Amino acid sequence: MVLALVEHEAGLLDELSLQALALAQTLGDPVALLVGAGGREAAAGLGPHGAARALVAEDDRLAAYAPSAWARCVDEAIARVGPSAVVAAGTERGNEVLAHVAARRDLPFAANCTAVHGADAPLTVTRVRWGGSLLEEARVHGPLPLLSVAPHTVAAVAVDGAGAPAIEPFTPALDDADLLVRVAEHVDAVQGGISLAEAKVVVSGGRGVGSADGFGVLEELAGVLHAAVGCSRVVTSAGWRPHTDQVGQTGTKVAPDLYIACGISGATQHIAGCKGAKRILAINADAEAPILNSADYAVIGDLAEIVPAITAELRRARSP
Amino acid sequence: MVLTADEQAIETRHLGFTISPHEECGVEQAVRLCEQHGGEVTVLTLGPAEAEEQVRDALALGADRGILLRTGGEEWDPQATAAAIVEAVEADGEHDLIVFGNESADSGGFQVGVRVAHALGRPIVTGLKGLSVENGRARCEQEVAGGRDVYLVPLPAVVSVLEGINLPRFPSVPAKLRARKKPVETREPARAEARLERLRLVVPAGQGKQAEILGRGPDAAPAVVDVLRELGVA
Repeated sequence: MVLALVEHEAGLLDELSLQALALAQTLGDPVALLVGAGGREAAAGLGPHGAARALVAEDDRLAAYAPSAWARCVDEAIARVGPSAVVAAGTERGNEVLAHVAARRDLPFAANCTAVHGADAPLTVTRVRWGGSLLEEARVHGPLPLLSVAPHTVAAVAVDGAGAPAIEPFTPALDDADLLVRVAEHVDAVQGGISLAEAKVVVSGGRGVGSADGFGVLEELAGVLHAAVGCSRVVTSAGWRPHTDQVGQTGTKVAPDLYIACGISGATQHIAGCKGAKRILAINADAEAPILNSADYAVIGDLAEIVPAITAELRRARSP
Repeated sequence: MVLTADEQAIETRHLGFTISPHEECGVEQAVRLCEQHGGEVTVLTLGPAEAEEQVRDALALGADRGILLRTGGEEWDPQATAAAIVEAVEADGEHDLIVFGNESADSGGFQVGVRVAHALGRPIVTGLKGLSVENGRARCEQEVAGGRDVYLVPLPAVVSVLEGINLPRFPSVPAKLRARKKPVETREPARAEARLERLRLVVPAGQGKQAEILGRGPDAAPAVVDVLRELGVA
């Protein structure tokens, strides 16, 4: 048995957790664990994803996320199931909860795995380093390997005709310390513009844009393409754009249909944030820039001339 | 990236070292809190003797003193790292707040701060994009889908922060000179055996492709628009 922490939101299963379930299946029969309100509704949809059994931790105090309480639920599920491994999605919460479980039980925890090799102990895994620019093979020593699965590195599987899993609700024994750190309030974002993480097209600028004003032509192209505007770390460090626009290992990771990299040299830390794009178009003055080894298409020259020319061509092509 | 012949490390002969972005923002945030509320900032790192340079960089940002947990240059796994930090923190006395970077830029383990907090019996909030202290409590903000989640935790506490929580200052020349004279204590902790044992590094497949050149200069615009149409985004 493999215990899989499955995240959900308002009764809907999280896609990244389904990917984690796919990896869990290579290690044994997965038993899902769902925590918090809506767990039963979400669990009902797990059958096709390989879980024939789902534990649902229920307590009114689990309505707001509390990492230590979630770890307590995993702890109790481990006691109930006796798994050979515990798997979660490599999300902020998945990694955080497994880190708490690891700390409680003094176990090793391998974050952001892309593969497991065999199912024998000690388990060997491949995991992400440098935000995905590099991988490592590592051996997990200990009686119970804890693994999170790097997002979008393992495909979710769905089998037709599988029924709903057997659902086993339980009430975890939470104490006050488990609930000391919990979400106390949620502040809604100010709505405006197209979100970088969800945009179909991202027009992004780097050092080659030259100044804050230089982003004007990128904004204009983004407007025509209904795209979001992003940037590299150099740009936010220089104060030309806010950090919320930064794409990279320490910024936002994007996965658009097209990423247009204007005046971006292509440092590995930047590529770690945009390699999820289906296609990359580089616009760069330097035909030798490293970005050309990550891009699918390139235009060589001055972006201050090329970007407005593309905008004009798009407008011309659309006008009746 | 180029690996050494034994696949155990990145070839660094032609590379420089810096404080990682999350950690640099962590130092900046700690310095700002002390500028606002008073107090002293101690920076701590675990690394080879050369890492003293990064400790001095942090002192130039305004930290008061440094501790270098010196290693032989080999990588320590998360449990060994956390154990060494816990020992150093306990030996160092009381701290109201311990600030970590959310995850290391290189190994990305997402756990050392949590392990240290557990060992010290303190609450931890991770992934912060906002942090302030008022009335003995830390107000901690995370960016999540649709807005921000806010946590309120009593001090002493442990937090981990993300780049973007602030824009770190550029240290002035006098600040860099002062940093050279600030105290840095070096200790040599014992390394626990690795339980997450690195076997080798691997360069992922798919690196080193070659872009198709659509053209040079603004004359390439029609060819670009053709590609945008093909991709269904024009």
